[in-house]
Amino acid sequence: MAGYIVRRVLQAIPVLLGTTFLIYFMVFALPGDPVVALFGEKTPPPQVVEQLRERYNLDKPFIVQYLIFLGNIFRGDLGVSFSGQPVADILAQTFPVTLRLAALSTFFLMVGGIGVGLISGLRKGGVFDASALVVSLIFISLPIFVVAFVAQYVFAIQLGWFRTTVGVGAPWQDLILPALVLATASFAQIVRLTRASVIETEGQDFVRTAASKGLSRNRIVPVHILRNSLIPVVTYLAVDFGTLMVGAVVTEGIFNVPGVGRTVYQAIIRGENPTVVAFVTVMVLIYLVVNLLIDLLYAVLDPRIRYAK
Amino acid sequence: MPSNVNTRPDQQHFVAPIEETPLVAIDAVKTEGKPTNLWTDGWRDVRGRPMFWISAALIVLVVIVALFPGWFTQVPPNNDCQLANSNAGPTDGHPLGFTKQGCDIYSRIIHGTSTSLSVGLIVTFLVAFLGIVFGAFAGFYGGWLDSVLSRLGDIFFSIPYILAAVVVMSVLSQYANVWVISIAIGIFAWPATARVLRAEILRVKNADFVMASTALGVSSFRILLRHVLPNSIAPVIVITTISLASAIVAEATLSFLGVGLPSSTMSWGNDISAAQNDLRTAPQTLILPSIALSVTVLSFIMLGEVIRDALDPKARAQR
Repeated sequence: MAGYIVRRVLQAIPVLLGTTFLIYFMVFALPGDPVVALFGEKTPPPQVVEQLRERYNLDKPFIVQYLIFLGNIFRGDLGVSFSGQPVADILAQTFPVTLRLAALSTFFLMVGGIGVGLISGLRKGGVFDASALVVSLIFISLPIFVVAFVAQYVFAIQLGWFRTTVGVGAPWQDLILPALVLATASFAQIVRLTRASVIETEGQDFVRTAASKGLSRNRIVPVHILRNSLIPVVTYLAVDFGTLMVGAVVTEGIFNVPGVGRTVYQAIIRGENPTVVAFVTVMVLIYLVVNLLIDLLYAVLDPRIRYAK
Repeated sequence: MPSNVNTRPDQQHFVAPIEETPLVAIDAVKTEGKPTNLWTDGWRDVRGRPMFWISAALIVLVVIVALFPGWFTQVPPNNDCQLANSNAGPTDGHPLGFTKQGCDIYSRIIHGTSTSLSVGLIVTFLVAFLGIVFGAFAGFYGGWLDSVLSRLGDIFFSIPYILAAVVVMSVLSQYANVWVISIAIGIFAWPATARVLRAEILRVKNADFVMASTALGVSSFRILLRHVLPNSIAPVIVITTISLASAIVAEATLSFLGVGLPSSTMSWGNDISAAQNDLRTAPQTLILPSIALSVTVLSFIMLGEVIRDALDPKARAQR
């Protein structure tokens, strides 16, 4: 197990370096001049350009710039936003809100997606299964901002069940609607995975054995079928973490949730490139760490992975 | 082992007597029937399903609208806007009403089709090309080439492609057009395709027919091109159809975030973005382009689903 952990962590290092390099490369080596891009349509005075070049180390060779950037990240220095606040501070303020939104959304996703997938799988070919398939297809096709606006219009503006935007301090009841919207982004995939997994598990010998032992259906379904069907579903949640992050940017922007996503959304809208880059880098790092952790957790659960070369 | 009349003294396993051997089964092979393969089987499966015909019809319609917008509307999408009509409802000749700028919504939806479709197609070609090249070389040649290409793929795979495209597009904002945005999306979307193809090639390359070609002295590149690739391309076709839909969504999302196409380009994402502040007073300005976007995406997703079911025996079994 220790060998597996070391190997997996070592494998993550080049990917980590590669992704940060790639992001840095995109911003500072592409033909667009990042300093000029800061000013949008206006032409900046040359002194300001000079000063900014120095501040972002653009006067040094590219590889030196990258190493300084990397060193700063590992020291927790993510730069300063346009309003003068350190990006790391903004992150510390907004992250808990996003974490709550993500947790609530994942809860809805697990309950709804696994529930529907389980019933579909157990009643394969039935009316419920067919309708779930159609609904999941529609959810796959709807971009998340369309879902967000429709939900906002129907449930907040027309029916008045929720507030249109999230209030100060982001209370739980205000987060319900954005969390539901965020959950729809992966709902269809979870339903399908659970369904396929349930169908596969139901055909296994141990399920037949359980039935022939005379166990009731109420015991076979949760204990024997559901539990054994969940591994691919839980793994998918980690892979799908990227969808969650992109979804959070859009949903938090639309519902005005004071989280990481809205900060990125506003930075994009205002064209604050350094802030966008800092946050995207952090998001990618979180994504990598989450995937690494899930891989390790998976190895704890399934010895076949641990010993595979 | 019990002694048996059909077993010689030194023989360790049972041999069935000749009259029990099911020779009938061999005789029953039809010789006059057409040989089938994955593709003919797939086509037979696909053409019997209504979902295939619905999605195909929708896609044909979308393509026709994109190629010949003039057949569907005579109203210019941009030049004929009057602020007096801002957010107004349908009138004669303007069946869907007007946007905030007083432009004809119907005409803008019709003229926005080609943008979405072009981005979808360019991204798909790019993703298929990069994915096939990287996946095929990594899977077929293995060794250090596989390590290098797979790690490279991991790096691109680790950045969610919409976030990556956001970064690229905010730097290249002054160059934004259909080609730039497609490349920004495609350059980060290929690793999924490469992974699928690599896994499939690893499975196929140990098949007997590959060994037979090697024994016959066929060069390895030719084996890859003529024997391995055609036999492992099916999952790539499925993922490519679905990636066309994802690319259309990605372009709309980027335009919605304000880092997509310039506002002068007709794009559903731009129109949705422009209408968001009037959701309370004029929801139709947002809903109508959203419907166009979703139906287009749905038709490609449906086609991808049908093809997957037809080409993947495992998916067929679970239906």
